[in-house]
Amino acid sequence: MLSALFFYLFAIVCVGAAFMVIAVRNPVHAVLFLILSFFNAAGLFVMLGAEFLAMILIVVYVGAVLVLFLFVVMMLDVDFAVLKAGFLKYLPVGATVGLLLLVELVLIVGAWITAPEVTAQAPMPPAADISNTEALGMILYTRYVYLFEAAGLILLVAMIGAIVLTLHHKRDVRRQHVAEQVGRTRAESVELVEVESGRGLS
Amino acid sequence: MTIGLSHYLTVAAILFTLGILGIFLNRKNVIVILMSIELMLLAVNLNLVAFSAFHADLVGQIFAMIVLTVAAAEAAIGLAIVVVYFRNRGTIDVAEIDLLKG
Repeated sequence: MLSALFFYLFAIVCVGAAFMVIAVRNPVHAVLFLILSFFNAAGLFVMLGAEFLAMILIVVYVGAVLVLFLFVVMMLDVDFAVLKAGFLKYLPVGATVGLLLLVELVLIVGAWITAPEVTAQAPMPPAADISNTEALGMILYTRYVYLFEAAGLILLVAMIGAIVLTLHHKRDVRRQHVAEQVGRTRAESVELVEVESGRGLS
Repeated sequence: MTIGLSHYLTVAAILFTLGILGIFLNRKNVIVILMSIELMLLAVNLNLVAFSAFHADLVGQIFAMIVLTVAAAEAAIGLAIVVVYFRNRGTIDVAEIDLLKG
């Protein structure tokens, strides 16, 4: 009973916040509603027994990715009211497509029946023996280690790509050229001049 | 009243539909489109974790972690492109992004 109550609480707040993400005018509010939606989705994950993924969702996803969204929204000096124009123009076709898709999806998942032999051969250890994090680690670093390394490579490529895209040097700013400084030789930087006494150097 | 698999799948379906609706309605603002894609990926993750829990198979959660990785990479690259585009053109209107149209 209590779990049903919490399920409906998390689900309703999650869906409501997701609706506000696409409906509000101010994109900063949209990002904040997206954070609320992700927090409630993390609550649903905890109810499903996926505690590690719930914490990853909050710490990594909300803490890093959505805060990055917030930074970019605040950095860009854009008149977002202009971009909101046309919202009502696309509402009929968007609502039609969305409603059709939703009805189809709900019809499919409402009639979902799992074959009983699938759950019978359950590879997941019971929750009393071992924690979710430990169980995930035991298969992530053994059977799916190549997948894990591929994920690391994806993140590396994304990091390099983001740096290459956004790094740019201004043209007319004087910079220190370390290689030129280190590569100077005595011959090109010191000159000995014989000066006659009383003449000076012109 | 027990909460079954189809309850979670229905929530995920509603989230996914809201993501698609967001792309339809906010087709001028790149940032809201990126946020809609995040919503759709969250719905996919919810599906994966729900199936993983109700079928007692942890592979679904491994897959959800990979989806999170790809979503983070996509968000980073997408936002970097938005920042570079705004620096060059001074707008993030999707309708104005037509330099490659020829």
